[in-house]
Amino acid sequence: MSIDIETAARVAKLARIKVEQDQLPELAHAFNDILGFIEQLNEVDVDGVEPMVSVTPMRLKRREDAVTDGGMQDRILSNAPDAREGFFAVPKVVE
Amino acid sequence: MSELTKLKIAEARDALRKGEVTSLELTEACLTAIEGAGALNAFVHKTPEIAREQAAAADARIKSGDAPALCGIPLGIKDLFCTKGVASQAASRILEGFRPEYESTVTSQLFDAGAVMLGKLNMDEFAMGSSNETSTYGDAVNPWRRGNDDTALTPGGSSGGSASAVAADLCLGATGTDTGGSIRQPAAFTGITGIKPTYGRCSRWGIVAFASSLDQAGPMTKDVRDAAIMLQAMCGHDPKDSTSADLAVPDFEVMLTGDIRGKKIGIPKEYHMDGMPAEIDALWAEGRAMLRDAGAEIVDISLPHTKYALPAYYVIAPAEASSNLARYDGVRYGHRAKLSHGDGITEMYEKTRAEGFGEEVKRRVMVGTYVLSAGFYDAYYNRARKVRTLIKRDFENAFDAGIDAILTPATPSAAFGLGEMQDADPVKMYLNDVFTVTVNLAGLPGIAVPTGVDSQGLPLGLQLIGRPWEEGDLLNTAYALEQAAGFVSKPAKWW
Repeated sequence: MSIDIETAARVAKLARIKVEQDQLPELAHAFNDILGFIEQLNEVDVDGVEPMVSVTPMRLKRREDAVTDGGMQDRILSNAPDAREGFFAVPKVVE
Repeated sequence: MSELTKLKIAEARDALRKGEVTSLELTEACLTAIEGAGALNAFVHKTPEIAREQAAAADARIKSGDAPALCGIPLGIKDLFCTKGVASQAASRILEGFRPEYESTVTSQLFDAGAVMLGKLNMDEFAMGSSNETSTYGDAVNPWRRGNDDTALTPGGSSGGSASAVAADLCLGATGTDTGGSIRQPAAFTGITGIKPTYGRCSRWGIVAFASSLDQAGPMTKDVRDAAIMLQAMCGHDPKDSTSADLAVPDFEVMLTGDIRGKKIGIPKEYHMDGMPAEIDALWAEGRAMLRDAGAEIVDISLPHTKYALPAYYVIAPAEASSNLARYDGVRYGHRAKLSHGDGITEMYEKTRAEGFGEEVKRRVMVGTYVLSAGFYDAYYNRARKVRTLIKRDFENAFDAGIDAILTPATPSAAFGLGEMQDADPVKMYLNDVFTVTVNLAGLPGIAVPTGVDSQGLPLGLQLIGRPWEEGDLLNTAYALEQAAGFVSKPAKWW
């Protein structure tokens, strides 16, 4: 599997990371190095093997479906780059 | 007062209880040492006011007769831990200015036990790295040097600042976290002890997430006893982390008897790597001899899927990272890029993440995005998770056959020079974790213990891997190895 510049651009877009056009060849090269390394996994016979879901098998605890916390709007907004009138503010989303 | 900073946690605890020293004196000595160690770039956010306040409270508590083991002990905290009101930015520009409104479970347990926080410690950005060179704060520096050569060496990573600070006696112990070797590799590079407990022992709540199925916190200390004491305070069930184990935490220190007679120590043949330096091979052989002399039985074992651990890790960890790091979007905390006229929300995300993340983090997030993308999920991610099942099964087979612990080298080399790996492809840097990463994939406890020095005088460490939830037994085996190795070297002060 070889990653071309177009695929690198698509992955950057999916990851929501801006990559300048002139940096795409280098990125594609780095992907190929890493994916080449990962290709070794194809040597392993994994027939009938379950993919691991939890490394320490245990039942997740359940709790009552009830509100246990909240009422801390100021604290939640305190680190926002832009917060106004009790909300996170972002650029216009819908025209 | 510099002698005070050289104390181990156990020694300081005993001196505090006897009234021979106060926590304020210990804390001031550490703060002075930190002020004089700027060249190491280990402490990146200092918190002297908090430290003095906590030390005064600890002194009062000790006077009243209520003194848990860590009461009054000055520690450093890895920048990955959220600490209330104190910068916690995972060494990333994207979390610049972030001051958590809450305290991580591990640090609140340490503070409840009376520990003193001296400040936050340098690390690789989002714990992604093996040399502390991906940090937004710049490189942390190893206090050790190659003889009289003044080349700056890496303290390892990702917990590089923690390792450097403990090795240089800037604090009595430090917290670390370990996703693929980030406690054990830096511990080995700096001649200190570091343990990653069983997955689920320490709550991950409030620790900035990298790869949630692999991340575990643990202590980095001057010896095995200190690791036992500090780990004890860090462990325990936490309802806020659904993967936290609801199991009793035994008294680890009491379990340090040094008696390992009759224990079966496995030596995995797959850890003999081609091109492994002769010094590492010799160190490993010495370790085997030490444990045998202490009465353990040395058994050759096979962990056949070892070779596939690193490639599986470099699918699973980036996949989880791409998901975890999706939260850094410039909306709720940290950095937001300056936008141009007409930029919408997508441009805000893309520019913010391009500016805020460093190169290695971007690379891993994008690799993770790729292996999870439609059409590749089965070929990469599911296949890696199946290989992970096989890697864990290898260990289960060994333990089922009666093996108590497994002895391996901790790292494939001694500390290397900062910048020396700059031109290497990323995969070469990943090989640093070749002996440690299997342990994270299998969720097991692992400990690095310094046992020797190389021809240039740099420390080297061995790793012991234990059965799940049996950190106490593992620490005891490590204690026996430590006693036999008698490693007491310290870096000569140049900073």
